[in-house]
Amino acid sequence: MTVGTLGERTAVLGVGQTKYQSTRGDVSIAGLVREAAIRALEDAACTWADIDAVVIGKAPDFFEGLMMPELFLADALGCVGKPILRVHTAGSVGGSTALVAASLIQGRIHRRVLTIGFEKQSESNATWALSLPQPFSVSINAGAGGYFSPIIRRYMARSGAPELIGCMVAFKDRQHALRNPYAHLHQPDLTFDQVVEAPMLWDPIRFSETCPSSDGACAMVLGDEAAGDAADGPVAWVHGTAMRSEANNFPGRDEVSPQASRDAAAEVFAKAGITDPRSEIDVVEMYVPFSWYEPMWLESLGFAERDHGWRMVEDGSTNLDGGDLPVNCSGGVLSSNPIGASGMIRFAEAALQVRGMAGDHQVDGARRAFGHAYGGGAQYFAMWVVGADKP
Amino acid sequence: MTGGSVDPAPLRADLVIEYPFTRTTGPVVGAFMTGLRDGRIVGSRRADGRVFVPPAEVDPETGDAITDIVEVASTGVVETWTWVDPPRPGSPWAQPHGLALIRLDGADTPMLHGVLVDSAADMATGLRVEAVWRDERVGHITDLVGFAPETADGAAGEAAAAEEPVSGEPVRSIRTPIRLEYDFIPSAAAQEYLHAYAEKRILGNRSPIDGAVFVPPRGVDPRHGVEATEMVDLAHTGHVGNFCVTHLPIPGRSDLPTPYVSAWIHLDGADIGFLGLVSGCDLDEVRIGMRVRAVWKPDDELGATAENVRYWEPTGEPDVPVDRAGNRAWQGEDGDHA
Repeated sequence: MTVGTLGERTAVLGVGQTKYQSTRGDVSIAGLVREAAIRALEDAACTWADIDAVVIGKAPDFFEGLMMPELFLADALGCVGKPILRVHTAGSVGGSTALVAASLIQGRIHRRVLTIGFEKQSESNATWALSLPQPFSVSINAGAGGYFSPIIRRYMARSGAPELIGCMVAFKDRQHALRNPYAHLHQPDLTFDQVVEAPMLWDPIRFSETCPSSDGACAMVLGDEAAGDAADGPVAWVHGTAMRSEANNFPGRDEVSPQASRDAAAEVFAKAGITDPRSEIDVVEMYVPFSWYEPMWLESLGFAERDHGWRMVEDGSTNLDGGDLPVNCSGGVLSSNPIGASGMIRFAEAALQVRGMAGDHQVDGARRAFGHAYGGGAQYFAMWVVGADKP
Repeated sequence: MTGGSVDPAPLRADLVIEYPFTRTTGPVVGAFMTGLRDGRIVGSRRADGRVFVPPAEVDPETGDAITDIVEVASTGVVETWTWVDPPRPGSPWAQPHGLALIRLDGADTPMLHGVLVDSAADMATGLRVEAVWRDERVGHITDLVGFAPETADGAAGEAAAAEEPVSGEPVRSIRTPIRLEYDFIPSAAAQEYLHAYAEKRILGNRSPIDGAVFVPPRGVDPRHGVEATEMVDLAHTGHVGNFCVTHLPIPGRSDLPTPYVSAWIHLDGADIGFLGLVSGCDLDEVRIGMRVRAVWKPDDELGATAENVRYWEPTGEPDVPVDRAGNRAWQGEDGDHA
């Protein structure tokens, strides 16, 4: 495995998010992305003129019937006369979009880059988009839940995890969401029993263990070392980045913990100089669209031993209150899922934590945070480690 | 790609993908759509006084929002044009027509629309035109039938429209149906696979590198980036590598009663699985490693399709151990990471 270099030191100067909700009927897609972008510019104390390039990501085209956001949204993102790039890696796109933006700074191509991911799921139907029939084939796959359910079943079988671990994750993330004003699902009266009693959709996945459909956008302004040094407020420094991909079906594939996931984790922690992620990372924002993916990724990423990730859920280690490795303090994908933005939200929330700007869901004294996204049939992986200190 | 043989009658099928996407307009584009419904055309005026029609939400030069909505005339001038003959399927126009960039009086940018004249000879740059409105308007660009050469009383269309009462809520969203039509032709390897299905045979594709068998065959081993031309006949028995019990109907399969079991079927002799229905037993009995066999359609209903196998039913044989079931059973060079 090749571990690349970090290049130019890169800082997250600003973060902007919209309130995630089922329908943003008051704004166009252009208006939605501008709302997040302008908030990121304000947080970074920048104007459109300070931005050298824009890197944009969204979910696959059928998800909202929008094929060329880089053309459609250049005006709205103040990008006329500047480079604009579109990144496309299915559900992980928000993470890989941020990493492509970071690479433009790490490679000293640009000094300040605006990066943004968005989704208006209310304009379409993701399950339709993920269930398109093909002639001559047996059309029985039921969207993302239908695809991931067997993989979760495999994890449950091999780890011996108690049946309600997934419900514990879902309940924890919905509790966390109450402390994040941007989260889509705010369910103060939700009880654990209600999570357990929710109907099965894709057995073993209950309705309560799935993510909502959200409209929303998330943006970040990234800058070089000089820009980071010049910032008045706290910035988040990028300590490590990694992306990997693999095919979704091949002999010997470990669907539960894909090689690409393990390789990306190894690279990102090596770049960050981290040898024991569990003790050296203070807070994790990982891509958990179905509850069981929290213990599965904890193992794949090296925060837990194989088949032991569920124990961290069971003993409360991943809770914002009292846990030693809080996971998805924002409420995670289980509480807000504008698909094209969901990966970037993980990266942005990690940055907010080490800047000390995560508000009511802040982890006290967080110095290093991990942001994570995956997509496709658990095929695309994007990760970063950010820290309060310059690497 | 494989073997170089060309089937004289390749399988093909029509594939249509369509969906009525919604577009939320936001206040600026919404004002334009609301105006059309009410028989008026509006634009957005930026700080220097120039007017965009249709209205732009953002000044492309500064990135600033534009919120000043102004009405312009329903008359204007053709800046440039082309002739469309015949109109394409799905066009708003049934007859040959002009397609022009029209700068309306009071606007600083031109808008694209149809010009309703009999022939290209009637088109010209500089032609004065006026809006032709639909009687029943809904708040969509098609509320404008198009533009016609200006009559002596150029404001006629405008006046007629403006006389109608302005009513109703502002337009906030529009439907934008998208329809894509494909001539779907399976790959050469898939053609061979599908033709074999018509003979109740299931083909796999053996990797020349390590002997792994892929089903359906792909004509390549994607792990090693090499052609794979060797086809092998596979058994009609295998095991459930993994499965999902789906309780929701899926789009396009209203014929499929829920709940149903979709499973990764790992045929004996194959090294990856493919999706199939499991039936012929209680849902609760389906498990990882369960041995299954194909239940085929009657011979007179067979075609060149994977749908020839109606479902997979238990054989009653002892299970494959969980840790040996599915893709993880493969012991090749990329083998077990456990």
